[in-house]
Amino acid sequence: MLNRHHIEILMETVCRVFPVTSGAEVTIEANPDDIDPVKIKTFKEHGINRLSLGIQSFHDGELSFLKRRHTSGEAERAIILAKSHGFENIGIDLIFAIPGQTKNTWHMSLEKALSFEPAHISCYALTIEEGTPFNLLKSQKRIKPFSEKKEVSFYLHTSQYLRDRGYIHYEVSNFAKGPKYYSRHNRRYWQRKPYLGLGPSAHSFKEKDRWWNIKSIKGYMDSLARGIKPVEAKETLTEEQIRLESIMLGLRTEEGVDLGVIASIPRYQEILENLLLSGYVEIKDGRAVPTVKGYLMADGIAYLFS
Amino acid sequence: MKQIRNFSIIAHIDHGKSTLADRLIQYTHLVDERQFRNQILDTMDIERERGITIKSQTVNLPYNAKNGLYYELNLIDTPGHVDFSYEVSRALASCEGVLLLVDASQGVEAQTLANLYAAMEHNLTIIPVINKIDLPSADIERVKVEIDHELGLDADSALLCSAKEGIGIEDIFEAIVERIPPPSGDVDKPLTALIFDAQYDSFRGTIVSCRIFDGSVRQGDTIRLMSTGAQYKVEEVGIFRLKMEPKKELTAGMVGYIIAGIKTVSDTRIGDTITHEMNPAPKPLPGFKEVKPVVFSSIYPVSSDDYQSLAEALEKYKLNDAALVYQKDSSAALGQGFRCGFLGLLHLEIVQERLEREFDQSIIMTAPSVQYRFTLSDGSIVQVDNPIYYPDPAQIKKSEEPYIRASIMIPERYVGPVMKLCMERRGVNSRMNYPGPGRVELIFDMPLAEVIFDFYDRLKSITQGYGSFDYEIVDYRESDLVKLDILVNGEKVDALSMIVHRERARDRAVKACESLKEEIPRQQFKIAIQGAIGGKIIARSTINPYRKDVTAKCYGGDITRKRKLLEKQKKGKKRMKVVGSVEIPQSAFMAVLRTDTE
Repeated sequence: MLNRHHIEILMETVCRVFPVTSGAEVTIEANPDDIDPVKIKTFKEHGINRLSLGIQSFHDGELSFLKRRHTSGEAERAIILAKSHGFENIGIDLIFAIPGQTKNTWHMSLEKALSFEPAHISCYALTIEEGTPFNLLKSQKRIKPFSEKKEVSFYLHTSQYLRDRGYIHYEVSNFAKGPKYYSRHNRRYWQRKPYLGLGPSAHSFKEKDRWWNIKSIKGYMDSLARGIKPVEAKETLTEEQIRLESIMLGLRTEEGVDLGVIASIPRYQEILENLLLSGYVEIKDGRAVPTVKGYLMADGIAYLFS
Repeated sequence: MKQIRNFSIIAHIDHGKSTLADRLIQYTHLVDERQFRNQILDTMDIERERGITIKSQTVNLPYNAKNGLYYELNLIDTPGHVDFSYEVSRALASCEGVLLLVDASQGVEAQTLANLYAAMEHNLTIIPVINKIDLPSADIERVKVEIDHELGLDADSALLCSAKEGIGIEDIFEAIVERIPPPSGDVDKPLTALIFDAQYDSFRGTIVSCRIFDGSVRQGDTIRLMSTGAQYKVEEVGIFRLKMEPKKELTAGMVGYIIAGIKTVSDTRIGDTITHEMNPAPKPLPGFKEVKPVVFSSIYPVSSDDYQSLAEALEKYKLNDAALVYQKDSSAALGQGFRCGFLGLLHLEIVQERLEREFDQSIIMTAPSVQYRFTLSDGSIVQVDNPIYYPDPAQIKKSEEPYIRASIMIPERYVGPVMKLCMERRGVNSRMNYPGPGRVELIFDMPLAEVIFDFYDRLKSITQGYGSFDYEIVDYRESDLVKLDILVNGEKVDALSMIVHRERARDRAVKACESLKEEIPRQQFKIAIQGAIGGKIIARSTINPYRKDVTAKCYGGDITRKRKLLEKQKKGKKRMKVVGSVEIPQSAFMAVLRTDTE
């Protein structure tokens, strides 16, 4: 975690180099155990106005399974602290489909999160990836991952539950209390608008180009020291790739995909009809918009259009 | 000639034929101990992996007998599978005797009997050899009783050996010399040489393996293949000593090779007689016949772009396998391909595996079929081995299919379940023999179509490995046949159609739908699979879609990786067969015949 000094330098540099619009969204991601009154004050002083907290769960057993350093009590205190310092725009990250998690414990986490009336909630399904310690446990049959059926049921339930409480399910894993609380910078990724990433491994995008920085901190710093852009590689997208990305990303959000993009290829018409029939998408204002069921299939549907 | 012995080893599968051949070869020190490897005569990967012999191989073994004389013993190693029974019969015709190998714990099996009959047909001297006597489960006395009762051979004459441990090998050599008669023949008569195998060599063309019955042949001679009349000039003759060893001439009684600028093995016919152009034999040796394929299947490239490459691979493959026949074929579902004819299912599997491994082809094979015969209302007769060409049902006056006579050897306790299996497979005219105590030989007439796919596997599993099976094709019989179509999401997939007996149609359709349900992965949408005769649906199954296929996170740094994954999947898509927006994997086309889903 950046210390107070780092934050000062970073924010001052950004404001000096770039023109920062008034009312710009300035988000910092933090874990509950990183938060203390001094830090919160520093954030506030330097114009950070949105806080995204990696809470993950309010259940201590689940937190220790996830190898998090904080407890549910610390998580609560961190939120309270931020609110007391005037942070209006707080995002809470939660994880579901944790082996051993029940509908009850998940509900408890959701409800606890809602009790703070956060502007934004992200609910991520735990993904057990190759080469991770979880995957090892899985192969040793020491943990039992969620079945597809169970995960789908948790997901649909979560969506319904949060929507019933006034949140908008605007992206596969993201919910906001109103359109003004949508994560602005994340939406740029999905809308394929330009973005600039600083730091090792950060990706940037402009027009048809995407480039990413050197992954290792040392390599990144060496490059900077020699006055060379620390870019590892760059790609220039073809029309075909741009179309594929717009479909792939559009299907993840409530904005969906412009029918014009789909109608450009005759074969796609049949796929679209099947998608409508299966209840994966709906047509709204000339766009194919995914349903909640459709969010779950976003990658599979993008594959059909590939 | 008196010091030549020509013999073969015959045995049921796994009774140790290749191991015994290895020991005989090692005994004669033809090969350095260090260079020796097991199954030395089986040179193809597929032979070594499966422990089977596909191609005949010959080896000339020098032997100094106890009587002080030097002998040359020709071991002709034959394929051990019913698909290749004609090749086996030609190899046996080149011998004067056989070692009949019987496993000391398994005893006499169906192929032991079939092999014995084949040897007896050629009036060969039979030396029974009980192998694997070192095994704890060996029961020599029982096996001797079986040899006496079931084979009708003198059990006291049986030799005991363990090929694995190298026990009893010298006795076998002595018995070959003493009991098997030397070849007869007349060097002064016109040349007659029996072709029992042919192998392709990219440098030298076809290498013909043959047994000289009369006369002699040497370099420079002009020879004639009597069935085709084709003439060739002999470039080299010699004998096989694991490597080819050139000789000045081959004379009556000898077994060896002839190289004569013959381009492909298809230019030779196994069983044909070689004679001299100038001084021809009055008539060929008996027993020649054209080998006809009995099992048919279509081969398609997985990606239609690879059609040309497949065509070239088949052409090359054919250079060394005269038994494979093929012609162009096309399917609405699979595009351009080839219809192929095989000697049997093992032959089909071998071709499939070698095309994939040695020729690097990705292929789809359709479910195997036999050749049906239809008499149409205008009196014409059509042969159909491809369901795509099933005639208009309204025009069919009579349908016929090939029948086999199956001989199944089992311990008595399995009679019930095996009878049931045979009846399910439309077996008729059953007879039972009791060749020995506790053992039964079941004989059934069955449609070939019922055994080509998984009959042997089923038999093995029902009898816990104790059942053995052999068959011969007998004739065509009238049968009530229909064409079963498979529909995927309402669309007929022609490459999945099959011709079946009407009474078996529903059962087959149900099982095909179940098999396809297992083979086709879940997709984004529900998939309906139906079995139909004409327009009538007789079976169905449904593949439910999967319900979740999305990664939880996709932010700025994930997009490129994710798009690349999609692009990779898109490439994979080209290798699938898409029918009515359903992606069907390769394996599904073969699995449709699988019946062991119960």
